[in-house]
Amino acid sequence: MILSREDVSQVAFLARLELTDEEKDKLTGHINNLLQHFAKLQELDTDAVEPTSHVIPVENVFREDKARPSLPPQDVLANAPESQDDCFAVPRIVET
Amino acid sequence: MQEYEPIIGMEVHAELLTESKMFCGCTAEFGGEPNTRCCPVCLGLPGSLPVINVKAVQYVVKAALALNCSITPNSIFHRKNYFYPDLPKGYQISQYGDTPIGQHGWVQITVNGATKKIAIRRVHLEEDTGKLLHVEGDRSHIDYNRGGVPLMEIVTQNPPPPGLDQIQSAEEAKEYLVRLRAILTYIGVNDGKLEEGSLRCEPNISLRPVGQIEFGVKTELKNLNSFRAVLRGIEYELERQEKVLLKGGKIVHETRRWDDVRGATASMRSKEFEQEYRYFPEPDLTPLRFDAQWVEEQRKALPELPDQRKRRFIEELGIPEYDAEILTDSRPMAEFFEEAVKLSADAKSVSNWMMGDLLRLLNATGTEMEQSKLTPSHLTEMLNLIGKGTISGKIAKTVFEEMFGTGRRASEIVEKLGLTQITDESELIPIINQVLDENPRIVQDVLGGKDKSLAFLVGQTMRYTKGRANPPLVNRLLRERLESRR
Amino acid sequence: MDLAGLTVKAAHELLKSRQVTSRELTEAVLRRIESVDDKTKAYVTVTSDIALRQADAADKRIASGDAAPLTGIPIAIKDNMCTRGVLTTCSSRILYNYKPVYDATVVERLAAVNAVMVGKTNLDEFAMGSSTENSGFFASRNPWDTEKAPGGSSGGSASAVAADECLAALGSDTGGSIRQPASFCGVTGMKPTYGRVSRYGLVAFASSLDQIGPITKDVTDTALLLNVISGKDPRDSTSLDVPVPDYTKSLAPDVKGIKIGVPKELFGMGTAPEVASAVWDAVKLLAGLGAEWKETSTPSVEYGLPVYYIIAPSEASSNLARYDGVRYGLRSKDSPDPITMLMKTREEGFGAEVKQRIMIGTYALSAGYYDAYYLKAQKVRTLLRRDIERAFEEFDVLVTPTSPTVAFGLGERVDDPLAMKLSDVCTIPANLAGIPAISVPCGFHNGLPIGLQIMAPGLGEEIALRVAYAFEQNTDYHKQKPNL
Repeated sequence: MILSREDVSQVAFLARLELTDEEKDKLTGHINNLLQHFAKLQELDTDAVEPTSHVIPVENVFREDKARPSLPPQDVLANAPESQDDCFAVPRIVET
Repeated sequence: MQEYEPIIGMEVHAELLTESKMFCGCTAEFGGEPNTRCCPVCLGLPGSLPVINVKAVQYVVKAALALNCSITPNSIFHRKNYFYPDLPKGYQISQYGDTPIGQHGWVQITVNGATKKIAIRRVHLEEDTGKLLHVEGDRSHIDYNRGGVPLMEIVTQNPPPPGLDQIQSAEEAKEYLVRLRAILTYIGVNDGKLEEGSLRCEPNISLRPVGQIEFGVKTELKNLNSFRAVLRGIEYELERQEKVLLKGGKIVHETRRWDDVRGATASMRSKEFEQEYRYFPEPDLTPLRFDAQWVEEQRKALPELPDQRKRRFIEELGIPEYDAEILTDSRPMAEFFEEAVKLSADAKSVSNWMMGDLLRLLNATGTEMEQSKLTPSHLTEMLNLIGKGTISGKIAKTVFEEMFGTGRRASEIVEKLGLTQITDESELIPIINQVLDENPRIVQDVLGGKDKSLAFLVGQTMRYTKGRANPPLVNRLLRERLESRR
Repeated sequence: MDLAGLTVKAAHELLKSRQVTSRELTEAVLRRIESVDDKTKAYVTVTSDIALRQADAADKRIASGDAAPLTGIPIAIKDNMCTRGVLTTCSSRILYNYKPVYDATVVERLAAVNAVMVGKTNLDEFAMGSSTENSGFFASRNPWDTEKAPGGSSGGSASAVAADECLAALGSDTGGSIRQPASFCGVTGMKPTYGRVSRYGLVAFASSLDQIGPITKDVTDTALLLNVISGKDPRDSTSLDVPVPDYTKSLAPDVKGIKIGVPKELFGMGTAPEVASAVWDAVKLLAGLGAEWKETSTPSVEYGLPVYYIIAPSEASSNLARYDGVRYGLRSKDSPDPITMLMKTREEGFGAEVKQRIMIGTYALSAGYYDAYYLKAQKVRTLLRRDIERAFEEFDVLVTPTSPTVAFGLGERVDDPLAMKLSDVCTIPANLAGIPAISVPCGFHNGLPIGLQIMAPGLGEEIALRVAYAFEQNTDYHKQKPNL
């Protein structure tokens, strides 16, 4: 096993997922299966290979620095689960 | 007793003076009612995509060149992943690793006559976050107007490469920020407002035993909203760390907040667990590629920078180094000076007035040079009045204050307040006679050879004339009158 | 006349010659949805009112003598493309109530030619899956056998097209999500070159792989849709600034001298014999029409699956970080603090498959593992691209099965994630290489359709369409309809 259940808990926190114990067990097994499958990649020597992060050979795509109208405020907040005073509202955040 | 030496790293964020945001067309201007400067892109709505603002890239290239950096030919954007309610996409688009726009530069500073070249590791481009507003009750509010405003990050390099230096005192840190601000405002990419947060500085501070090579544990300082706060905050933190270490304690890796009122730092959050940002190349943006020839053109197109201007002031205008440094710390200051010198030719007295009364008044009133009502022609007109003898140097101080406060011309003020110098003997003689009559003992002293006491009589005369009397004339007349009483 | 059963092309002729109105056509489609969608479960939202309004507007435009090929045509949109004011859920509970304030570029482009939107189709949550069983709401079904999966993730769109619940549909394809369901449902589906169609407004799954494309009743209709949705969009930096040809011009049933490569690795493990034989028959048919074919090897495609299952979840883990309950969508109730709110919202809002992929992606990107997983995968992606580019130096197109099997049963593979993922083995390479690929029906097995995949080099949509069209015009698989 590459990944322990504790590792899985830690990754879940990084991803901000609250998992049940059952989910953690299932994911631990599943992720380990996949990681074993991924190990196949180590067969290949890629030391001299450039990574592909963009599949198309396009560079320097820009927009002009021109201000355009923003959304009307009612649209900005249209889907907000909670809003107050034209702001999005969340449970109080302790000052950090 | 163990001695420690400070190592200070500076992380500076500068908002760029673009018209629109980094990745969308919302205005980047400061202010606005909450959430009125937002669109699908800067709100991170599902399906929206960023597009790079070309001006922001040009500005960072400009800044990087002005900071003596090399431009990375292939520069890419990354996603910095973390969760916070003011970060709408759950990641910030930034630049990570060895592909920032600019790398390996330096800024020259002079502190107490010693010159250092402070090493800069990287200059990169990213986007700002929204703003959390803490309100009464159990809610926090979020305003995304600032979200997506282009932000340039400039980070120093510790330890520095050979030939360059690192910051080792609060004074040097402040001076570094002063010169950096000067450069950024000169080239017009940032407005340099520490108080408004358009230029923010987060120093990290550590002490190490003298002779040790490894750095000590560092703390990061936040909330330094003025040069004074930078100076005091770092000084405080250095003393605090030294006390802890001398007592055998350990420094905790943490972020500390400077409290300007209390004059102390306090822990905000521990950094014991390094954030896991999971950087990876931003797939929604294409790479930046800078053509070497284009970069060279940009370098040539840079305006005169503070250091070049400083040397010119010293060499061509005969201004002392210290004065030249202060005069070039801000572009508006340097431009005021040059304008005034053009009009008056007497660089030295323009510099003296600026370094003295002008700086004093700016500081006392908390005014920025660019907001000041004083114009170069007002100053030179006043210098002319002094030169012609219309006003005395002493009166000029009053006139100057009045000009500074009202923005009126010197001649207008002199006339309105009746401040013209009295050069008419017939107007002065009665006053002098009165002074002599009122001070018989001083008169005897002077006549008895106590020449020093003459100054008192001059002073009294100036008082009665509200400083308008021409001092050499008063001197001459007093001596003549005294002789007649012998 | 069975209006709902028409192709886009046929309907356009009738609209243009004023034999039917768009309202009649739209009403026929809405009636069809009414009568069969209980069985197919293709739609998340049916937008009848909007559709009829748009149909009337289309009729006005047609009456003025301006009938573009898609004017008045009822089209379904996968529910991961933003539609202003209309629910866009990505079939996720976390967006159960989300109504975008803007239209995706493809939706704008369809509206500009007065196409009619009949509804939003079901998908695997956030397009993660190959069966549409991972929908946060309900599973869609295969019209050919409603006990079978329609494939996925664009299972709703493929099912709707096959069941005549629309004339054509848009899907999105990250690892086969257009082609595999098209294959399972016996319809035509194309993933264009990466950057050919704007992704603006497509809710991101894996940004470097996602691409929108058509799912239609035949190759001609695919060309017609592609004509409208393709082209540079200033809002998508990765959209290509390359002129869009008229794709209907490549619809010539002529493949003389065309060089077809058959990559042997993609006929490897897991390919059902009946699928392999149908695909070989297709190759022989094309050869009979004058094409030349040869077996070839692109060894690194064998690594496609692990590369894909690292890159896609990694990008997804980042793309899905924005669902935090702050600005839109689900928010878990009564949380005392923002962290609890965030974690509970994501716990309640995401389904198991999505969580699993977020977990894998988060892990693959974390410090210490980045080089071994994400970076390694990107490097192998380069090798795979090179292999494919090399193959295209010799061949005009590469032909494979779209899926190694015909449609599998609902629930059959839910607990066997690796088998589920294996069904993407032939489609993933096109996404990793950014090249276009089309799936057309090429046979049946036990009453279930088999799909033929034709891949072409980057921006080679025309040659893929031409080969697909030639094959289609010499077969009648595309004309067969399921009994519902």
